[in-house]
Amino acid sequence: MSAATASADAAAVIEVAGLDKAYDTPMGPFPVLKGVSLAIHAGEFVAIMGPSGSGKSTFMNILGCLDRPSGGDYILDGKHVSALDKDQTALLRNRTIGFVFQGFNLLPRMSLEDNVALPLVYCGVDKEERRQRARELLAKVGLGQYAKSLPNRISGGQQQRVAIARALVNRPRLILADEPTGNLDSHTSEEIMALFEELNREGITIVLVTHEPDIAQHAKRQVRFLDGRIVHDAPTHHDLPAGEVQPC
Amino acid sequence: MLTAMLGEAWRAMGANRLRTFLTMLGMVIGVGAVVLMLAIGQGAQYAVAQSINSMGSNLFIVLSGFTNAGGVRSGSGNAPTLTVTDAEAITELDGVETAAPVHQGSAQLVYGSSNWNSYVIGTTPAYLDVRSWALVDGSPFTDSDLRASTRVALIGKTAAQNLFGAENPTGKTLRIGQAPFLILGVLAPKGQSLDGRDQDDVLIVPLTTAQRKLFGTPFQGSVRAIMVKAAAPEVMPAVENSMNALLRQRHRIRPGQDDDFNVRNLTAVADSAAETTRIMSLLLGAIASVSLLVGGIGIMNIMLVSVTERTREIGIRMAIGAREKDILTQFLLEAIVISIAGCLIGLLLGIGGAVLTNLLTGTAVIISGSSVIVAFSVAAGVGIFFGYYPARKAARLDPIEALRYQ
Ligand SMILES: Nc1ncnc2c1ncn2[C@@H]1O[C@H](COP(=O)(O)OP(=O)(O)OP(=O)(O)O)[C@@H](O)[C@H]1O
Ligand SMILES: [Mg+2]
Repeated sequence: MSAATASADAAAVIEVAGLDKAYDTPMGPFPVLKGVSLAIHAGEFVAIMGPSGSGKSTFMNILGCLDRPSGGDYILDGKHVSALDKDQTALLRNRTIGFVFQGFNLLPRMSLEDNVALPLVYCGVDKEERRQRARELLAKVGLGQYAKSLPNRISGGQQQRVAIARALVNRPRLILADEPTGNLDSHTSEEIMALFEELNREGITIVLVTHEPDIAQHAKRQVRFLDGRIVHDAPTHHDLPAGEVQPC
Repeated sequence: MLTAMLGEAWRAMGANRLRTFLTMLGMVIGVGAVVLMLAIGQGAQYAVAQSINSMGSNLFIVLSGFTNAGGVRSGSGNAPTLTVTDAEAITELDGVETAAPVHQGSAQLVYGSSNWNSYVIGTTPAYLDVRSWALVDGSPFTDSDLRASTRVALIGKTAAQNLFGAENPTGKTLRIGQAPFLILGVLAPKGQSLDGRDQDDVLIVPLTTAQRKLFGTPFQGSVRAIMVKAAAPEVMPAVENSMNALLRQRHRIRPGQDDDFNVRNLTAVADSAAETTRIMSLLLGAIASVSLLVGGIGIMNIMLVSVTERTREIGIRMAIGAREKDILTQFLLEAIVISIAGCLIGLLLGIGGAVLTNLLTGTAVIISGSSVIVAFSVAAGVGIFFGYYPARKAARLDPIEALRYQ
């Protein structure tokens, strides 16, 4: 599937309208998202940027069904998320979404293979198939030979690859990544972004948060948050060499 | 899925072995204590039941001596007030099956070079019926032995073993002082009495022989006690009343005067002994159950710590699709695996302890299948009960909060 055909596909994977989120604090509700509206279609690769505290992570957590908005609509894959119960959102997290964290979040006492296979445990895949699919994905991210190692035996970049393999193991439509390269050096970051680009070429929709313009250049579309609102939303200018004048 | 979760429970337990072991230890001690205490309690109940059976059923003993509100007052200086004819009169009462006068003491038995101090009971042939006491060898003495005060005897198993060893005592002659006694038969073993005496360390002789030739008596026909067997448990209260009335009349005791005899319902004593052991074994079990409870609380404590420590792990699992019930199952399984493993070890230790108690002290112990099953299921129940709260706490965590936990 090419980028051209993907953009022609009009089905929205994510559709948010008038999304609000306020955290309860001792000093009363603290609004973080203020009427965010956004549609992301199948096959898109979106980078979300913005200053610290602008609400990017809050937004991603809502997209990932880890948190619930205070107001507004969120339709994921055609389903109104606010109407779903806890088990149903767990199912979405398991099947539809793959989440990649800044801090990798692998389980330290499990082998890489078991880490990758873990989402399959929660949807009742049998042991043999779990093992086989975990091996396949570890091989895909170039870590096939480390299947039996523990996470603390490999580098940060490798751990993030394992986390991506885990996110992919249940063949999700959507990958959400909150600063996936935030803990990595620039060379390793480029490798991770190349992996995301490859996944996007295979048709997986990707939304990632980043502070670094270089990283955002890998996306096809850039969205900028400021103080809980979207202030910029445009396709990436691929004609500009990375690291030069930024939009907005 | 369950096997995958069991694997994880195993891994989590292995990750902190010392802690898992200590948690388990609470369970091990709890179950071990319950099994051991139940074994000892049931053993005691069994021993009491045995003594009660050996005593004979529906029994009274009538003792010589005065009683008043303060209790029994029968000094050894007091002359026996009961007589053989009292016993005969009691036998005639309605509801009385049979009665036997008893005059006893202890004596040094000699056979060849063996010497043994034993309990000697002088009584009538009815005594064997009263006590439901059978012979394993030989035959009992008869009324003609009684009339003639012959020197014949029936011997209990313990006395026989100590005097005759492996020989068959029947037909042999032993001596008490200088007097020879012919052994007519050997009594069936009865074991311990309720007060812990060995009932088989005994020699039974005709009453008249005991009175005239062994212990003497202040006047002819007086005895220290009469044993009475009622026909059925239901008639015992009536028999007790009519015996009291009969003896008061026979002893010419005026209204308002104290009895010079004392009727005791041995069956009631036995029942209360059985009740006492039953309560004692309940108490043992209850005390042991407390340690099981403490073990359970230990599990809850550790599981709560574990949930807090693994908050982040729980967040990660939720982020990749674990439902509440998956997390609940995971932590519950861990608690159950710990308690069942602790329980199995506890069972082994408890059974081992019971066997050891039996070997070292000779106390009767009984390990019944039901007590093992009860201990096991209670322990598993304790695991579920005390594991549930921490597991539910884990399952109810908010995914975002859990992920944010450092
Ligand atoms: N649980 C919470 N309770 C109260 N306030 C919160 C909570 N989580 C986040 N906030 C506040 O919400 C605002 C937005 O946080 P958020 O993490 O979404 O920002 P961000 O854009 O991801 O920032 P960064 O780039 O530093 O990751 C911040 O001011 C933060 O203090
Ligand atoms: Mg953030």
